[in-house]
Amino acid sequence: MKQLVILSGKGGTGKTSVTAAFAHLASLGPFADQVVLADADVDAANLQLVLRPQLREQEEFRGGQVALIDQDTCVRCGDCESVCRFAAIDENTGDYVVDPIACDGCAACVYQCPTGSIAMQEQVVGTFSVSDSRYGPLYHADLFPGGENSGKLVTLVKQRARARALDDQRQLLLVDGPPGIGCPVISAVSGADLALMVTEPTVAGIHDLRRTLDTVRHFGVRALVCINKADLYPAGVQEIESYCHAHGITTLGSIPFDLTVADAMVAGEAITSYRPGSPAGLAISAVWERLTATLMDVETLAN
Amino acid sequence: MRIVVASGKGGTGKTTVATSLALVAAQQHTVCFRDCDVEAPNAALFLHPAFDTHREVGILIPQIDAQQCTYCGKCARVCQFNAIAIVGKKALIFPELCHGCGSCTLVCPEQAISERLAVSGALDSGVTPEGIVFAQGVMDVGQPMAVPILRELKEWSATDVTAAPDIEIRDAPPGASCPVVETMRGADFVLLVTEPTPFGLHDLKQVAAIAGQLGLPAGVVINRDGIGDDSVGAYCAENALPILLRIPMQREIAEAIARGHSLVETVPEYRPLFSNLLDQISARLDT
Amino acid sequence: MKLAISSSGTTLDSPFDARFGRAAAFCLVDSETGIWTTHANPALAAAGGAGVQAAQFVATLGAQAVVSGAYGPKAYDTLSAAGIARMLAPANDAHSVAEVVALFKAGQLTQAGAASHNGHHGA
Repeated sequence: MKQLVILSGKGGTGKTSVTAAFAHLASLGPFADQVVLADADVDAANLQLVLRPQLREQEEFRGGQVALIDQDTCVRCGDCESVCRFAAIDENTGDYVVDPIACDGCAACVYQCPTGSIAMQEQVVGTFSVSDSRYGPLYHADLFPGGENSGKLVTLVKQRARARALDDQRQLLLVDGPPGIGCPVISAVSGADLALMVTEPTVAGIHDLRRTLDTVRHFGVRALVCINKADLYPAGVQEIESYCHAHGITTLGSIPFDLTVADAMVAGEAITSYRPGSPAGLAISAVWERLTATLMDVETLAN
Repeated sequence: MRIVVASGKGGTGKTTVATSLALVAAQQHTVCFRDCDVEAPNAALFLHPAFDTHREVGILIPQIDAQQCTYCGKCARVCQFNAIAIVGKKALIFPELCHGCGSCTLVCPEQAISERLAVSGALDSGVTPEGIVFAQGVMDVGQPMAVPILRELKEWSATDVTAAPDIEIRDAPPGASCPVVETMRGADFVLLVTEPTPFGLHDLKQVAAIAGQLGLPAGVVINRDGIGDDSVGAYCAENALPILLRIPMQREIAEAIARGHSLVETVPEYRPLFSNLLDQISARLDT
Repeated sequence: MKLAISSSGTTLDSPFDARFGRAAAFCLVDSETGIWTTHANPALAAAGGAGVQAAQFVATLGAQAVVSGAYGPKAYDTLSAAGIARMLAPANDAHSVAEVVALFKAGQLTQAGAASHNGHHGA
């Protein structure tokens, strides 16, 4: 089983649209009926908007705990407020109240409260779902707005998707990753055989690509690059290509700026099924062909 | 007046709007700009500050004095993140699990724990050619937690003007989890930048809900107007979210931003529109 | 020797659990006398650092060796600091705890040389 993660660094480079197209293209080629999909962008889980899957299972996701003060036994000494390093306890006309959004769940206040008036409570921070999509089972999750622990939720989505791939003996786990370089990205990258970076030739896109490539390398995963919206700034494309060349990273090709992609999104379809002959559709198909060749070659890690 | 520019979905033009708003505001006001997207800070690419102040930041992690430690294990038991292990006569600390809460230091009966700064990023500040006081946080590669850096960035007053600028603009990270919440805390208004597509709408709802939870007034900027569909407009109407500005999809704008030019430099006709946007925000805060 | 074996149930016939930090339980078996007890893993509910917590737990149980399918780096370091041997049983075969004990007695388990997976982010 191969695990391919799609990343971008900067948001809005077209990562999810490309992932959806890959899911479609995989259903046509040697990976037909061999794919499990995982949407690891739990802050902004958009793959389902394109794939419009049938929901099969859904469960609550419990994240970290938050402190809760029992006002009946609290003696209003303020010790909790003074030990909290997350500014999560506020005094409100004599009462001390925990702001559950700011609370980090460290429980320092619990241990310092002289009257034992503070307890930790588990929070439901999102939902975890298993669906059937046109192109294979989809594992996805939605973090409630402002929720915590998205790295943990990403890990759950990936673990379940991977277990499904192993159970059904499916050969490809396709992971739509989150933007940035932090905890959710680290969770999305861990254990991947290959990371494809969907970047754009903009000053911001190039800046973030470098940081994301450093992160991927830091975790020992091989990276490839494809350049979306390539015709927006040809000099930027050259900059990306020479950067990749200098760092031994293969570029798999370019995708032109094409508003048909937005139309496909509205239609709830992958661009390659909505308008296979569109400039972006053709280019993504070409990238996919090169990508599958690399995937076949890459030695699967011991997982 | 503290304005957060947020979007949920990445790449909707959040930084484009935030930087143009800052450039227009700086013509009449003292402005402080804080780039709170510490995982992928990009605003400096458009505002060109001359950075002159740099500070390393991180969290305070414990170190145990082996002479004083009795290996009672209390520190390991109170740690909610399992960042300390006490096995037999050995104490192990795992900095990557530590949240820097200080609970272990407080409970140690022997005062054997002291704390040291574990660097996870840096803050930089400087002034832009237009006189905007600019500050950004940059998280180190391989670090998982953005919030501690953000918290320091929000508090950081590198120069006098940041202590009380007329207008503070915070460029939020994408997504809808803790870093976005932390960016919004203590702000006065949230400007939501979206694009009229199903992805844009889905993520707009997430981030609008955070502003709602924090009790902050919000308004919407629709970028790339004309692509996609009308569902964002319908959602805003249903939820009484005012649409304060629409920026049509124009290839020239996309090309200029790709090169690192700000919107108001590229299309000066947008200057009065952003000035009007600022007026609308202050009018909403005054009433 | 007192072995702590990661298990997904509460008896000797329960399936071996190849995970260490997130194993459902540990079966503590004395390989000489055959006396065994099972202990629910308190680290199962941990938000992070489950391996560290589980390692401290098996240390308090008095285990001299643990048998699991893989160890993260932090669990490995904690077990090693506690002087507990780290054995690997094949993760893919559906063994029961009793069969793992038999493999141990037959000398068919290998020592974990170093952390065998990359920790709490891994999936």
